[in-house]
Amino acid sequence: MSTNGATLNAPLGLLAELTHRCPLGCPYCSNPLALDQREAELDTAAWARVMREAAGLGVLQVHLSGGEPAARRDLEQIAKAARSAGLYCNLITSAVGITAQRMEALADAGIDHVQISIQDSEPQSADHIAGYKGASGRKRALAAEVVKLGLPLTINMVVHRANISRIGAMVDLALSLGASRIEIAHVQYYGWALKNRAALMPSREQVEQAVKEVEALREQHCGRIVIDAVVPDYYARFPKPCVGGWGRRSLNVTPAGRVLPCHAAEVIPGLEFWNVREHSLADIWRNSPAFSAFRGTEWMAEPCRSCAMKEKDFGGCRCQAFLLTGDARNADPICHLAPQHAHVAELAAMQIDTAYHYRR
Amino acid sequence: MSALTPSSKPRLPRGVRLVHNEAQGGWVLLAPERVFKADQIAAEILRRCTGEVTLDEIVDDLAKTFNAPRDRIRNDVSVLINGLAEKKLLELG
Repeated sequence: MSTNGATLNAPLGLLAELTHRCPLGCPYCSNPLALDQREAELDTAAWARVMREAAGLGVLQVHLSGGEPAARRDLEQIAKAARSAGLYCNLITSAVGITAQRMEALADAGIDHVQISIQDSEPQSADHIAGYKGASGRKRALAAEVVKLGLPLTINMVVHRANISRIGAMVDLALSLGASRIEIAHVQYYGWALKNRAALMPSREQVEQAVKEVEALREQHCGRIVIDAVVPDYYARFPKPCVGGWGRRSLNVTPAGRVLPCHAAEVIPGLEFWNVREHSLADIWRNSPAFSAFRGTEWMAEPCRSCAMKEKDFGGCRCQAFLLTGDARNADPICHLAPQHAHVAELAAMQIDTAYHYRR
Repeated sequence: MSALTPSSKPRLPRGVRLVHNEAQGGWVLLAPERVFKADQIAAEILRRCTGEVTLDEIVDDLAKTFNAPRDRIRNDVSVLINGLAEKKLLELG
């Protein structure tokens, strides 16, 4: 099957943003600045239908996320619907607001894997970054519950200027919590993170040091723990193949039911997103204008159009191209071949110690 | 990590599942935030990693089923199992 001359694959993953409500206020949050309100959220039956339609479309994994997904009282029912549809269920949580009892109910409902975010290895700094006093302690407590239940645990740490010097200590913390997998993700600048960019951006030296440290940690813990790293891109020369290519591997459903090729896609003006209230997921995947807009390579301008990498990095990230150059059709300016590449270095150099704009 | 021996009973840990999916073209191994396509041979091996049978028994069974030399099977199976164990996708048991 094809649209715009591009092969249409079955998607592998669905990011289900069940709610934008969250007790934490992390300044690096990738949620949009205009958060969906509770009244606009899809109900239980609609989410259950989305899960069945996703499985029918070939989706293998669902990421129950948010906001804080546990802010929804029907999270167990949604998880159960996803699991009975045959999906692998990842729970992506801040851990705040999930009791031991509820975690057990979630495990029974079919959660396959739990990912808990930590903000720092030092509790005081962690709570400051999260904008929530006591968050750090609650995360440690839930991590222990997850391990006790025998579920695999991923600890996710988002790295930025305030904690980049403590990656080793954060990995030690994750190990002590019983994690079998660690995600070290440098901040990607969308949504609230973009708003806080100057307060979050590390220096080039810090990033280079961090990349070396992660390599050494990987080697040191090989076979004991899996370390996945999301590289910081403002200092890179090549762009990331964002979401594995637009409309190629994954889709994202917002709390209100809009279906996006990636979580940041709504920043791009002029895209028409379809809603699961009006269309089936399969119809959206195949036919929605937003998914077709940047599928394949036909939409590309130079230098992407004639580039040997165009099928590998897909021109980088459409949202970043728009946010940094004003046109989503441009090459992601992270690429050293992009005419606006020098501008990225200027933006990265703006490191200002101001108070965070907490995500509220 | 303990080493793989003839009496090891490899098994998929909780949170790792082998499923068949038409739309994705066959067998896939699902793990935390990861998906691995399993070719026919890998799927045959993984389906036998139940935690109930030993490596030796798995090799015997495969050698018989596919009428193939035992040494070669043992080598293929060990490479696959060790590789997956390193990625935490299999427990050696």
